[in-house]
Amino acid sequence: MTEAVAIKKLSGPKLNFKNGTIDLAHGSGGRAMAQLIDQLFLVAFNNEWLNQKNDQAAFSVSSGRMVIATDAHVISPLFFPGGDIGSLSVHGTINDIAMSGAKPLYLSASFILEEGFPLADLQKLVTSMAHAAKQANVAIITGDTKVVERGKGDGVFITTTGIGMVPEGVHISGNQAKPGDHVIVSGYVGDHGVAIMSHRNNLQFQTTIQSDTASLHDLVACMIHAAPNIHCLRDPTRGGLATTLNEFALQSQVGFMIDERKIPIRTEVASACELLGLDALYVANEGKCVAICDPSDTEKLLAAMMSHPLGLHADVIGEVIEDHRHFVQLKTKIGGMRIVDWLAGEQLPRIC
Amino acid sequence: MKYIEEFRNGEFAKALSQEIAENVEPDRHYQFMEFCGGHTHTIHRYGIPNLLPKNVEMIHGPGCPVCVLPMARIDKAIALASFSNVILCSYGDMLRVPGTGQKSLLKAKTAGADVRMIYSVDDAHKIAQENPQKEVVFFAIGFETTTPPTAFAIQQAKKLGLSNFSVFCNHVLTPVAMDSLLQTKEVNLDGFVGPAHVSIVIGSKPYETVSKKYHKPIVISGFEPLDVLHSILMLIQQINENRCEVEIQYTRAVNRLGNLISQQVMTEVLELRESFEWRGLGFIPHSALQIKAIYAEFDAEKRFELPETIGEEHKQCICGSVLRGVKKPMECKLFAKVCTPENPLGSCMVSSEGACAAVYAYGRVNAL
Repeated sequence: MTEAVAIKKLSGPKLNFKNGTIDLAHGSGGRAMAQLIDQLFLVAFNNEWLNQKNDQAAFSVSSGRMVIATDAHVISPLFFPGGDIGSLSVHGTINDIAMSGAKPLYLSASFILEEGFPLADLQKLVTSMAHAAKQANVAIITGDTKVVERGKGDGVFITTTGIGMVPEGVHISGNQAKPGDHVIVSGYVGDHGVAIMSHRNNLQFQTTIQSDTASLHDLVACMIHAAPNIHCLRDPTRGGLATTLNEFALQSQVGFMIDERKIPIRTEVASACELLGLDALYVANEGKCVAICDPSDTEKLLAAMMSHPLGLHADVIGEVIEDHRHFVQLKTKIGGMRIVDWLAGEQLPRIC
Repeated sequence: MKYIEEFRNGEFAKALSQEIAENVEPDRHYQFMEFCGGHTHTIHRYGIPNLLPKNVEMIHGPGCPVCVLPMARIDKAIALASFSNVILCSYGDMLRVPGTGQKSLLKAKTAGADVRMIYSVDDAHKIAQENPQKEVVFFAIGFETTTPPTAFAIQQAKKLGLSNFSVFCNHVLTPVAMDSLLQTKEVNLDGFVGPAHVSIVIGSKPYETVSKKYHKPIVISGFEPLDVLHSILMLIQQINENRCEVEIQYTRAVNRLGNLISQQVMTEVLELRESFEWRGLGFIPHSALQIKAIYAEFDAEKRFELPETIGEEHKQCICGSVLRGVKKPMECKLFAKVCTPENPLGSCMVSSEGACAAVYAYGRVNAL
């Protein structure tokens, strides 16, 4: 452990977090920016690397396979049922890291702020980020802040990058699905997308659905512990379950046979999708994963998932088949067959 | 009852499928047209062809409002959107439909036109109220289902004195299209799975003439998979019993006379056009509606000087034949090769109700 580093703060007036707003000076590199960093980011993220106030963070790692992932977040609205752009920006990148089986170690964060953005909202988002990072036991160790003129952004955009270490012997990749493998989904699909849609300005409707945004690395660690030989793992974010399966089909040069009756979808999500003309299979998730494994691993993997709070509703939804056309086929609820194609166009813009 | 899951029940589907199999006469070929694109999508989305005997064939009809709108009208809408003072409000599906030279409203939007995707004509009203300095035009399309809201919006606009709101009216009529389709005798049909939502508005009565004239049974069907299977069974039973009636399967929503209040609003605001062009079906007399003279101030065609447009279809696109049920999407040389939902060359590949889009999205596995 490195020794705790005290923050060397710039003297000056306190930022008005109640009524103040972001102005161009907060991104200028001058005193205003230093104050914003001191009084907001350092206070919230508070860790030994960030507190050193260097333009980079230096850290040591053990030898082995590392992963890096980056994710830009442009979601609208910034605050939604079950989360906000802050927590989402932490979960999103941690999950991308975790889907390789890696343990996430550190995050960096870059903020693009729009002139006029309320400091109170920024403080809320940054606090939420800090909370999500703390819960995940991952430190945000370096960052950057830029400000764009009013009208050139949409409040705030956050890009996070993360690195992680893959445990020895774990080799998860989207190109390893084999005919006969089982497909497991970790829980209800479509919650995030529907929660966002319900809060869009032009489309407000009443729903109790909350975004499922969550860090999945702990669930993944349990899964790997139970079945180190998981073939593929991915979080079905934009484009939903359908897109993830199509990606796997192409990467692994296989097809899928999915049983519609087995896909966990909440009634509220199904109803909202019905109303909006959406297909829940294409609706984004931010706290779910799809795992593909050898049938001999299914039982222990499923048991491990179901014993974790984020995998309570996990289920086997289908299997990998041989198919040179790489179709994802679905046995429908009424016993018919259809394909689940790649999403055409944009179903829900700015979902994460 | 939630009226959704109950009508997607696997056990009932199996039972209906068995009953259909028991009712078909083995030596006979049954050819039914589902008039509506909504039914086409149900059929493919739930894999209904797998549940039907080989001698029961479903043919998609022209009931996709986005698809039947001819290119000339889309070109006119693009011209409207390009006026600097206009905000054009449209349902989402219309944005990507190609006009002449592969132009579309979406491309016009990218080039700077103010085109807004809306979910209801109410949204267009709101936009008009919020932008008093702009001309807000609602691109109204659809069969009788979407017509009453348009008519009502025009009445409301008059009441509210919404002087910057107008409607580019493209509403078309279902029974006339059925008649026109049967008149050509291009497709050999044994009956129709009749429109669901349209019939909520107009009732089942308006189909009686066409059913009698051409001796074709019509069963008004709901949009859920069990509705469609049930309607197919009802059609088979009618044929086997040599009956020719307009029956209602969708009894939870449709009656013989329809929604009289909606019909009244439509009659107050709209009147028959002498003739209107349909993609695939050509010009059909009295097949569409226009805004009455007393509401002329809300008629975008009178309010703006729109250019004369002809509409040039892609030479190899067979949307016209697909809409008449003469050809199937897979018979098109462009299908899935050049024409895809991402790059649609014809309207049937764009709309969520289009036959090509349905087969592309759900049905290719059965067909390829």
